[in-house]
Amino acid sequence: MTAALSPVEPPLLEIDALSVTFDTRAGPVEALRSVSLVVEAGETLGLVGESGCGKSVTAQAVMGLVDVPGRISGGDVRWRGRSLVDPRNARFARSLRGREIGMVFQDPMTSLNPLMPIGAQIGEVLTRHLGLTKAQARARAVDLLAAVGIGAPRTRVDLHPHEMSGGMRQRVMIAMAIACEPALVLADEPTTALDVTVQAQILDLLADLQQRLGIAIVLVSHDLGVVAGLCHRVAVMYAGQVVESAGVEDLFARPAHPYTQGLLRSAPRLDDAPERLVGIEGAPPSLLDPPQGCGFLARCPIGDAACAVPPPARPVGPGRLAACVRPFTPAWGDDRSVIDERAEARR
Amino acid sequence: MGGYVLRRLWHGFLVVFGVTAIVFVVTRLFGDPVALMLPLSASAEQRAAFAAEIGLDRPLVVQFAWFARDVLTLDFGMSLWQRRPAMEVVFERLPATLLLIGAALGTAMLLAIPLGIAAALRPGGLVDRLVVTLGLVGLSMPQFWLGLLLILVFAVNLRILPTSGSGTPAHLVLPALTLALTPLARLTIMLRSALIEELAKPYVKTARAKGLSAGRVFGVHALRNVLVGFLTLAGWELIVILAGYTVVVETVFAWPGLGLTALQAIQRGDLFLMQAIVFTIAILIVVINIALDVAFKLVDPRISLE
Ligand SMILES: Nc1ncnc2c1ncn2[C@@H]1O[C@H](COP(=O)(O)OP(=O)(O)O)[C@@H](O)[C@H]1O
Ligand SMILES: [Mg+2]
Repeated sequence: MTAALSPVEPPLLEIDALSVTFDTRAGPVEALRSVSLVVEAGETLGLVGESGCGKSVTAQAVMGLVDVPGRISGGDVRWRGRSLVDPRNARFARSLRGREIGMVFQDPMTSLNPLMPIGAQIGEVLTRHLGLTKAQARARAVDLLAAVGIGAPRTRVDLHPHEMSGGMRQRVMIAMAIACEPALVLADEPTTALDVTVQAQILDLLADLQQRLGIAIVLVSHDLGVVAGLCHRVAVMYAGQVVESAGVEDLFARPAHPYTQGLLRSAPRLDDAPERLVGIEGAPPSLLDPPQGCGFLARCPIGDAACAVPPPARPVGPGRLAACVRPFTPAWGDDRSVIDERAEARR
Repeated sequence: MGGYVLRRLWHGFLVVFGVTAIVFVVTRLFGDPVALMLPLSASAEQRAAFAAEIGLDRPLVVQFAWFARDVLTLDFGMSLWQRRPAMEVVFERLPATLLLIGAALGTAMLLAIPLGIAAALRPGGLVDRLVVTLGLVGLSMPQFWLGLLLILVFAVNLRILPTSGSGTPAHLVLPALTLALTPLARLTIMLRSALIEELAKPYVKTARAKGLSAGRVFGVHALRNVLVGFLTLAGWELIVILAGYTVVVETVFAWPGLGLTALQAIQRGDLFLMQAIVFTIAILIVVINIALDVAFKLVDPRISLE
């Protein structure tokens, strides 16, 4: 009885039919077309897709970092039910940045201010949001450096970014993102610019922080392997839209959308012989004048006239959505074995 | 850092020595100092006596050794025009020039920063287009012409400022403005484009994602990163003014500084005074360069002074 009366808790982050348009010289580029995603407290959501499909723009829209010529042309982003897009909530949105939502960028080499000691760069988040004094912020920065696995933090706190390796800098970025113990961290390809061995360390660190601090993470990656290891749920983006979202096990076991199947098929594995590597032929459509129907139609082996009308994302299983008129149809029928084998290997 | 400064001082010494040697060679080899410095009516005996007095009858090597020794003690001989030690004239005129240049470059830098920022905040906006247009106008305006224009408007027509000379703060306004315009235009345009470029860098996005105030993102993060470029250009402007522009402006406004004195020394064939002025300016430029390098190091820890 009481359960029915208590209001439904809104999700931590809800992206609702969000559209982002870049007004370029060549015309409006529809970078995001009605993207909807939900992130619950404490969960890790993977955001995957080929380069240029809108992953970074999605993360930046949440952070209020979409700059001219870009603009939010539709939809909403809600934090615990409250709009971040509504101009009346601008103060509220700003108060979340760095405090409730941390962000880790792709390139740790250029994402830190080259002229400021790393301790001061971590510290300014703390002075800004938690009102710490400079001395307190510095002491806390030392703790944070230790927490993200940087040795000798007491001396390293005064180093400048150019005195550190790429992996170290990314740890600093993570320390900065978690400084105020946020509820959500947006990590935009946090390992793409790093060496393979360092990549694994950074992913371990994120997984560890997530477990220790209960932070929700949105992990943006073009690499399914990265997502598989860390995420609870995965959203697959294509040409500015979410074409499929599912629990990670389900997605790898039975990809519904032909694009997801293609991605799984082309994801390289360590033991892959070169001839086993197969990509998806063709390239994503131009977002200047996106196709009316399914964006993947031009590249889809099973697409036909039925796909010329826009397929809405619809439930295709418990907690699963896919935007395809023929979900679960093996698009690369003859290669079904490859997908099964991979799904097996990932479990 | 100490070792670096010593090394730079040694290099600076070599530069000053080279400049002095060139002045020495040019004045002794490519002209007859006696003919230049004495009036046409001077007799042959007078000429010979003067040549002996300034040591022109000795071998060149000896002359240069004496010259170098004198330079080390800042003794450039007597100014023939003013009948007193050349260096005394220099020290008397230098403050006026430093005041003029300081006022001009100070104004240019203080105005360039807000103008450059205002333009960079909205690239392509109204303020930006206005600033860039005015900047280009400022760059293409010759200083002697601008000086005359200002005299005409403010001194002759409006009669609110003196035409020329020195003595009161009001005398400083027109020459300083004239001298400030080119550096102001160049510094503003440079700061604007450097800031626009800087604001697009990933670390600025990081700063914004941290929820920092716009003022802090701009002032503490972006602005400091363009400071080295800004200071480099300002130092270059300083050197260019010192080595040339100030002569034009001091002449137009009869500002009694080193530039005007240099022109007068040339007109009067006062070689010793010329040498003293050239030497002083060379020293100043060397000192400015060292000071700039040290300033860069303080701003940007990545710059190594080794
Ligand atoms: N500043 C911009 N100007 C014009 N178009 C942009 C801009 N930034 C992003 N886009 C468009 O948005 C699309 C998605 O970009 P992005 O989110 O960075 O892709 P990714 O998935 O690789 O992170 C790009 O294909 C591009 O067309
Ligand atoms: Mg990206």
